[in-house]
Amino acid sequence: MVYLTRMEHFNAAHKLYNPAWSKEENDEVFGKCANENWHGHNYDLYVTIKGNPDKDTGFLFDVKKLSLIIKQYVIEKLDHKNLNLDVDFMKEKMCSSENLVVGIWKELQPHLPRNVQLHCIKLYETPRICVEYFGEEER
Amino acid sequence: MSEKVSVFRKEHFNAAHRLFNPAWTDERNQQVFGKCALPNYHGHNYEMEVKVTGVPDQETGYVIDMKSLSDLIKKEIVQRFDHKNLNLDTEEFKHVNPTAENIVIAIYRLLRPHIDNRFDLQVRLYETPRNFVEYPVEGG
Repeated sequence: MVYLTRMEHFNAAHKLYNPAWSKEENDEVFGKCANENWHGHNYDLYVTIKGNPDKDTGFLFDVKKLSLIIKQYVIEKLDHKNLNLDVDFMKEKMCSSENLVVGIWKELQPHLPRNVQLHCIKLYETPRICVEYFGEEER
Repeated sequence: MSEKVSVFRKEHFNAAHRLFNPAWTDERNQQVFGKCALPNYHGHNYEMEVKVTGVPDQETGYVIDMKSLSDLIKKEIVQRFDHKNLNLDTEEFKHVNPTAENIVIAIYRLLRPHIDNRFDLQVRLYETPRNFVEYPVEGG
């Protein structure tokens, strides 16, 4: 079993703000991340697939094709966008990195060929903050 | 010892912005600034490298106290720009397009009055890990 990772990136604006709460509650819980006029990040996205290398190519999967799939189905929707306002799969959700990484998995997974097994999506919001998702559903 | 030494302090802030010239039509903005002009903003993790050049003090061995430099950058720059919308929330970019070029000039102008004139000051600003700018240009 081999794990193969492709890194992509996107830049986006967002805010952490729960509309069911008062402004004061939002400020208390989310601090400056609740700024009503948004802030933003350079997000780095690591997509890891797993499997056995093909006998003829030596590849797990053509990494260029993997890159194009990530770009077409994920990056196109997120890059230079406002995550709260512009992204269909984040509508009605809190725009935390935790929710975003799960959303990215659900967007990407159906577009991978059947023989390609998605293992992990790792999302860096800043160089110092990242989240990982392995496709595990809540129990 | 009289040789000059440069000391660097890195700080960072996260902000939203868009590139947009209000004197132009939407089409012209779209043509020149592409997806950077999208109306709902996008954002970056900005990383700054502030460079101070001078002769180390004979008594301390310091060019400038790094902690005081860090505190200055945090007070003058990070507090002003961090988790803000550069277009909407800052005085500096109310009427100036917040390109990396204009941001680095603004950072320099905010810091310069607080740093002794016997020191040279230069600022490098990373908008992304791959795009960065510097001001002022040496000899420029």
